[in-house]
Amino acid sequence: MSTTSVLGGVVKRREDPALIKGKARYVDDVKLTGMLHAAFVRSPFAHATITSVDSAEASGMPGVRAIYTSADVRHLGPLVAQVAVGKARPLLADGMVNHVGEAVVLVIAETRAQAQDAADSIHVEYESLSAVIDLKQAASDAAKTHSDLDSNILITWTAPFGADADTMAALVEKIAEAKAREDTVTVSLEMVNQRLLPTAIEPRSVVADWNDGYVEMTIFSSSQMISAVAGAVGKTLGIPYNRVNGIAPEVGGGFGVKLNVYNDEILMPWASMQLGAPVKFTETRREAATSSIQGRGWLATATITGTRDGEVLAYELDGICDMGAYTQNFTVAIPFLGVFVASGQYKFPTRLKLDCVTTNTMTTDAYRGAGRPEAIYYLERIMDAYSREIGMDPAAVRLKNFIPAEAFPSAVSPVGFAMDTGDYATNLEAMIDSQVYRDLFVERDELRSQGHLAGVGLSTYVEVCGFGPSGLVDLGFSWAGYGLPSAFNGSGLVRVNPDGTANVIIGTGPSGQGHKTTWSQIVSSQLGIEIDDIRVSYGDTKDAPMMVGTFGSRSAAVDGAAAFEAAQKVRDKAAKIAAHLLEASDADIRFEDGSAHVAGSPDKSVTWAAISQAAYQPHTLPAGMEGGLEAHAIFSPANATWPFGTTVCLVTVDRDTGDVQLRRWLSMDDCGNVINPMIVDGQIHGGVAQGIGQALFEEAVYDSNGNLLTPGLVDYPLVTAVDVPLFELNRTVTPSDINPLGVKGIGEAGTIGSAQTVVNAVVDALAEMGVKHIDMPLRPKRVWQAMNEATKG
Amino acid sequence: MFPRNFEYISASSIDEAVRELGNAEFAKVMSGGMSLIPMMKLRLLSPDLVVDIGRVGGLDQIKDDGDAVSIGALVRHTQTAGSSMVPDALRQAAAWTGDVQVRNRGTTAGAIAHADIAADQPSAVLALGATMVAHGPGGRREISADDFFVDVMTSALEPNEILTEVRIPKSGGSSAYEKLGRRGGHTDYAVAGASAWVDKPNGTIQAARVALTGVGTKATLARGVAEALVGSDGSEAAVSAAAERAIEGITVLEDLYGSVEYKTHLAKVMVKRAVMKALAS
Amino acid sequence: MQVSMTVNGRSVSGDVEPRTLLVHFIRENLALTGTHVGCETSYCGACTVIVDGSTAKSCTMLAVQAAGSEIRTVEGLADGETLHAVQEGFWERHGLQCGFCTPGMIMSAVGLLESNPNPTETEIRHGIEGNLCRCTGYHNIVKAIEYAGAKLRGETPAPAEWEVTV
Repeated sequence: MSTTSVLGGVVKRREDPALIKGKARYVDDVKLTGMLHAAFVRSPFAHATITSVDSAEASGMPGVRAIYTSADVRHLGPLVAQVAVGKARPLLADGMVNHVGEAVVLVIAETRAQAQDAADSIHVEYESLSAVIDLKQAASDAAKTHSDLDSNILITWTAPFGADADTMAALVEKIAEAKAREDTVTVSLEMVNQRLLPTAIEPRSVVADWNDGYVEMTIFSSSQMISAVAGAVGKTLGIPYNRVNGIAPEVGGGFGVKLNVYNDEILMPWASMQLGAPVKFTETRREAATSSIQGRGWLATATITGTRDGEVLAYELDGICDMGAYTQNFTVAIPFLGVFVASGQYKFPTRLKLDCVTTNTMTTDAYRGAGRPEAIYYLERIMDAYSREIGMDPAAVRLKNFIPAEAFPSAVSPVGFAMDTGDYATNLEAMIDSQVYRDLFVERDELRSQGHLAGVGLSTYVEVCGFGPSGLVDLGFSWAGYGLPSAFNGSGLVRVNPDGTANVIIGTGPSGQGHKTTWSQIVSSQLGIEIDDIRVSYGDTKDAPMMVGTFGSRSAAVDGAAAFEAAQKVRDKAAKIAAHLLEASDADIRFEDGSAHVAGSPDKSVTWAAISQAAYQPHTLPAGMEGGLEAHAIFSPANATWPFGTTVCLVTVDRDTGDVQLRRWLSMDDCGNVINPMIVDGQIHGGVAQGIGQALFEEAVYDSNGNLLTPGLVDYPLVTAVDVPLFELNRTVTPSDINPLGVKGIGEAGTIGSAQTVVNAVVDALAEMGVKHIDMPLRPKRVWQAMNEATKG
Repeated sequence: MFPRNFEYISASSIDEAVRELGNAEFAKVMSGGMSLIPMMKLRLLSPDLVVDIGRVGGLDQIKDDGDAVSIGALVRHTQTAGSSMVPDALRQAAAWTGDVQVRNRGTTAGAIAHADIAADQPSAVLALGATMVAHGPGGRREISADDFFVDVMTSALEPNEILTEVRIPKSGGSSAYEKLGRRGGHTDYAVAGASAWVDKPNGTIQAARVALTGVGTKATLARGVAEALVGSDGSEAAVSAAAERAIEGITVLEDLYGSVEYKTHLAKVMVKRAVMKALAS
Repeated sequence: MQVSMTVNGRSVSGDVEPRTLLVHFIRENLALTGTHVGCETSYCGACTVIVDGSTAKSCTMLAVQAAGSEIRTVEGLADGETLHAVQEGFWERHGLQCGFCTPGMIMSAVGLLESNPNPTETEIRHGIEGNLCRCTGYHNIVKAIEYAGAKLRGETPAPAEWEVTV
């Protein structure tokens, strides 16, 4: 295998054999001797005082070992959070419940069924209070979610970022002037970006095991950020970080729901300390819906003012974002991620104001894209509406308003952020010049001529990811809230063993992204060690030099770069050893095919096994050289990365039922350099499917009393295989300049770039009837209603 | 996740099953378990006794029984969907029930006895004028499909009766089922669906039966539609006019998937599609 | 209650409560943890196994219902070191990411190809409708099953998308 093709080539996944044989180990597969099982009693009310808890019957039931309420855990304080703005979650409800599904009582028993039986027999009495659910009502402070907070508005985010009052006033005036001009139009839409349930197929699971002999806490958790979980456990229970073994084994999907610290992740370790036995908790699907974090939940008005020939003069977004009842990991920071990309890939002046309100619903936090899909949804929907209003091709309008390629690198966006690299016009032109794009319109027109309602939708997007820069710690980009005041650095440890094989330990927390494969490629590209001889591991706080986790499409751009640099350090040392063994100059040493040779003399070579043997037999090394062959690197990028792209789709709508059929999907993504195209495309497939899911099916529905009407897969439909077409992907490549790999990030791009594309297509199909907008999800009932109202006039 | 504890009996005959059902305060009979087990896991239903008829012999076949096609209590959706003996409406409804795994285990009789408003097969047996054969302490009795569906998830079966057979009369004519599923198309449970059976030996519809699913509390005959169809020429205009009477006598209920207005509209659309499809087949 | 059945060709038995689900018997009693649980309403399909020749959601079966049955789980597919064609297809065509839905998805694909050796894309999609995957958008799962189908028919699978130069 040559080093040149290792980066950018398809390598079959290293992680797959265990997964396809059923031999992989997820947390719920962990079975420890004497292990007990937990179940929770949860609130059926959105807002109520707890008047009594009667566990007399339950405590005598078979197998029951302990029943805990807030009185037992109050001294531990509330659940720690990274961005602690708003109301912190009590570990168990303390006199009051604030959302349906809040944990009230914890039961520990010998089997899971016994724990559930006992939990069912605990009688909790509540006095119900009126719930704050509606976002506008919440923002008005007409009724309080928490009587001890001054306002339901926890924080208000504005853009341009950091603008002072004078700057903001000047911008407002400039926008007013644009609106007043006779040659401009203003298009405005109030739109819902609905609440979603992230729904990893693996429910969250925790196993905690306290050992007071070794004085160590072991916690297995299906987490994207196991180091933060370990930090939070240590901080809450008074155990130093180096004595908490946080282990995230195989994680069955994350999408943000596992990017958090949950009360169960604190309570299981605590209960293990109380009971002297390992304790497991695995959530049910219903608990995943009501009591693990939810995503999105914005209501906002997007407004564009522009000329009739497609020059946008101003964009405004004013809205309310639902934070739920309690603040967890990043809760109020999620809309802030939308602020980063509020002006998208455009050059026009942008003003944003988002009120983050607390309501009697489950906490919201990061769900795939986290703030960025919402921001791009509003922007690209209103760009579409504006294009329609002035009768211009939506692609042409976008081309007219893009930040030009010449402004890069480090173009500063209208909302005040420097963007690494970008070439938006080239990407969009690559799409519109493609044959498949032209075919799509032919197909649409053919369908229309057959009497179908058919539409094509287009969206462009930019995202910000690859967190991140050490300088962002003051904005909350660290795990300081869990006692780990480290920036979101990348970390990579590369060790070549005495037999010439290599181990690589990285700081990510993947849940299916193929890191073992990608990192093998990165390290192999630098060392020339065969991929089969490289073993990559992660997810164990005891062994990893440092870990941040996997989120915000950060892994390759940050931890990938760290492993790359660590491998280079190892290579530099190995080159010296090889030069010594070959009696050559280390500058002439080349690594390839599992060995080192002298440039121009392929015969003069030594294997990695010989190099590492020398490294571990220091007497054979050049004088003054230390033994061993390993290196660790921390990588702190100068900026985040800013991928971008274009998506297009073709839909038909059943005139009689409102049923939307997605017929074709085209993507043109640009995530910089690509390490493994197979894995990158896989990320796009899945990301797009989730965006389609939001556009067509998914919605977490709370009624006015705060009951979650969609607490599981029966009433929360996910996209199945029959609902999507094959995806037709293509890409442009604009390397990032802020990491040595030139990579950006691709985990969330598919989701960020897709929901609005579907809505734009449906609106295109229904435009002839006068339909201008339909709120997601575009279930048949909504689409039919929109058609019905439009045709009624 | 775990049902509450219960007693389990695997019956070897229907008589034994009926006897056992009488021995508990709250007993449920189980064939495939596709509806019962999830409800027990969610603890929405916690019987003291489950009587499994899954091993009773002779109930797992579709038989030509002279004037009727007989579908035994243990016939799976997959069998119903794949049998050329079964009229199109029921075959199609079975094929669009759940997913492969559910169709492999779940039974047509079970889905009918469960009487879920969003299920596909109840409307088909209504439109086909089927007869339900039940066994109880008093022996065998026949219940017309017209009388079988009583209310929300409630059938005419007594607590200790078992639906042992569904008999579809060989009435000639042709039939069809149409639905709009929750994820659009024919997916998942029905938002609304309609089954139609029509007999049009020459240019005129001589007889018709049409039934709806998804729109009220139970699968219901749309008698007004049938009345309007009989004597008509079955033209699209005639069918459209007849479909307008789809919800006569039905109280349409709103759910997550449709408002009253939408479901009312959808009922007409599904009726029209089902009737047109039946006429075309 | 005492139950006995054959799992992956091996006779097994165990003492269970009537309420013990087949999936729990497989995971807890037999320690075959490849079969997963993703929901409690028979929707996700992560628990799919083959019971007496047809696919079933083992979370919606009582262990006692399976007494005497012949069960196949993902652990029983490979023949020693040789992967089943469906497993091979999933690996060759990147048909999995997090892997949690994969054992159930693979069993559904095995069931599909045993009943329909040459399915169309649409038939494949309908064949796995009862298995939810949140990672792949199903694109490569369809490709994986097409690959496996070809292998099982003794044909050469179509090249992967990344092997085709446009």
